[in-house]
Amino acid sequence: MKLFKNLFDSLRPPFEKGGKFEKLWPLLDGFETFMFVPGHSTKKGAHIRDGIDLKRTMITVVIALVPCLLFGMWNVGHQHFLAVGQDAELMEKFIYGAIKVLPLVIVSYGVGLGVEFIFCIKNGHSIQEGFLVSGMLIPLIMPVEVPLWMVAIATAFAVVFGKEVFGGTGMNILNPALTARAFLFFAYPTKMSGNSVWVATDGMATVDGFTGATALGNAVEKGMAGVPPYMDSIMGWIPGSIGETSVIAILIGAGVLIYSGIGSWRIMLSMLIGGYVMGMIFNAWEANAYMQIPAHHQLMLGGFFFGMVFMATDPVSASQTATGKWIYGFFCGLLGILIRVVNPAYPEGIMMAILFMNVMAPLIDHYVIQANINKRLKRAKVAA
Amino acid sequence: MQELVNIFVKGIFIENMIFAYFLGMCSYLAVSKTVKTGVGLGAAVIFVLGITVPINYLLENFVLKENALIWVDGHTRETAEQSMFYGTDLSFLSFIMFIAVIASMVQLVEMIVEKFAPALYGALGIFLPLIAVNCSILGGALFMQERQYATIVEATSFGLGSGVGWFLAIVAIAAIREKIKYSHVPAPLRGLGITFIITGLMGIAFMSFMGIKL
Repeated sequence: MKLFKNLFDSLRPPFEKGGKFEKLWPLLDGFETFMFVPGHSTKKGAHIRDGIDLKRTMITVVIALVPCLLFGMWNVGHQHFLAVGQDAELMEKFIYGAIKVLPLVIVSYGVGLGVEFIFCIKNGHSIQEGFLVSGMLIPLIMPVEVPLWMVAIATAFAVVFGKEVFGGTGMNILNPALTARAFLFFAYPTKMSGNSVWVATDGMATVDGFTGATALGNAVEKGMAGVPPYMDSIMGWIPGSIGETSVIAILIGAGVLIYSGIGSWRIMLSMLIGGYVMGMIFNAWEANAYMQIPAHHQLMLGGFFFGMVFMATDPVSASQTATGKWIYGFFCGLLGILIRVVNPAYPEGIMMAILFMNVMAPLIDHYVIQANINKRLKRAKVAA
Repeated sequence: MQELVNIFVKGIFIENMIFAYFLGMCSYLAVSKTVKTGVGLGAAVIFVLGITVPINYLLENFVLKENALIWVDGHTRETAEQSMFYGTDLSFLSFIMFIAVIASMVQLVEMIVEKFAPALYGALGIFLPLIAVNCSILGGALFMQERQYATIVEATSFGLGSGVGWFLAIVAIAAIREKIKYSHVPAPLRGLGITFIITGLMGIAFMSFMGIKL
């Protein structure tokens, strides 16, 4: 640590005002504050609500994502060896998965942080590591066989149009990671859905009966018959986007987020309720095979939990008020299951539902605040 | 009954005037600075669409369409060929007729708003009379003509649904614009530029409903 501190101290002079690399100051500042809690303090009155700063917040989320990432790597390998019909050890599967997944992570971070650095240098902001989380989320919600250049394009799109045009971290209206995924989903549907992208086969011959479809893709066609057993759906050894399959790994992350107070338990709980309610409605309706999947099983499939824990709770694009969070989460869950079931073109309805509710969140907040104002006005009048 | 609900929901989400067809953009962009004016204009659009679409439906089916005039000398569809108006097709007049209806309805709305909500009248300014040339209103009438709804109730349901969809769109973007007032949007994009980008992003979000068969 001391080594790094000395390194930063010795590096600083040319970057300071009037120095040779004055323009690149945000770059150095970004790395330094990433490593160490910044030493400077507010010059006017301080408004401390919490000792933790943005970077520490972001890192907590990244830590919460680690179980998903590790499980995702293992699962990529697991699915691969299942598909080609070979037996493999735990480490073998894990290493295979890591070789597949790490390039996605590297590309996503490289492109995203690159764009962010350029914007910060251009605007003279200090770098705010909002992208640390998005950069981790983007690979986790991609199918494993997505080409790297697509990840790069989607990441650039999401960072520029999802975030930087609004002025950077904390200002975006849509979740950047979901923006990236939605962009790819609409621009290159063949690489983001279907049966050939979810399991890495490396062109090897697959075993008989292998389809490579996700649980949701199967459910559209065959209903309950296509869905993996309940325990498998919870444990997550099924095909799907890299990080979304294991409910257990996600719940570990959820525990970290809730314990540290960074993720909103209100959104998670209300989204769970919303999804469950919609699942029950479909169970009662039973218009087609898809609707017969029990609600508690429906929730374990696809990206519901991943979206609930890591996407919907994004503090920037979600509702800000406590009541608003209940409403927002509830509709995320409700619409997610609704779109998934009634719109066969989009098996992954959770992504679209969260984006839709991101759009509606400011409106919810507006009316929650307005209702509060009215309530208090009324009270004030009674007192007077 | 289910058909009516379907048409209504379709108008709001799946075939949203703003996010699916990008109609009625001018007032949508101009009056969406605050939620309050957005709500006012949105309500006016719901009202105008809810009235003009059924009226235009009547016009279309009893005056403009081919063989629509046969009722004048007492014939029904079965005996249409004996009518002196058989074969008359006035549909080349539909633009002008629709617009005339819309313009008069907008006049009515304007008088109502001025009388009962003068503050809103001031806030909406020129955009209230401009509803007359709002593409979503004429678009509503033309979609009605193209889709050939079976009854006037269906047409009304479509009109109200599209209106509510437009309302939802303008209110949602108004809330977002109120929120991003505090953002450091790059100078060249401030104002309309960022609004266009937001509209595009919202369009992506609204694509969630596209392709749903009702």
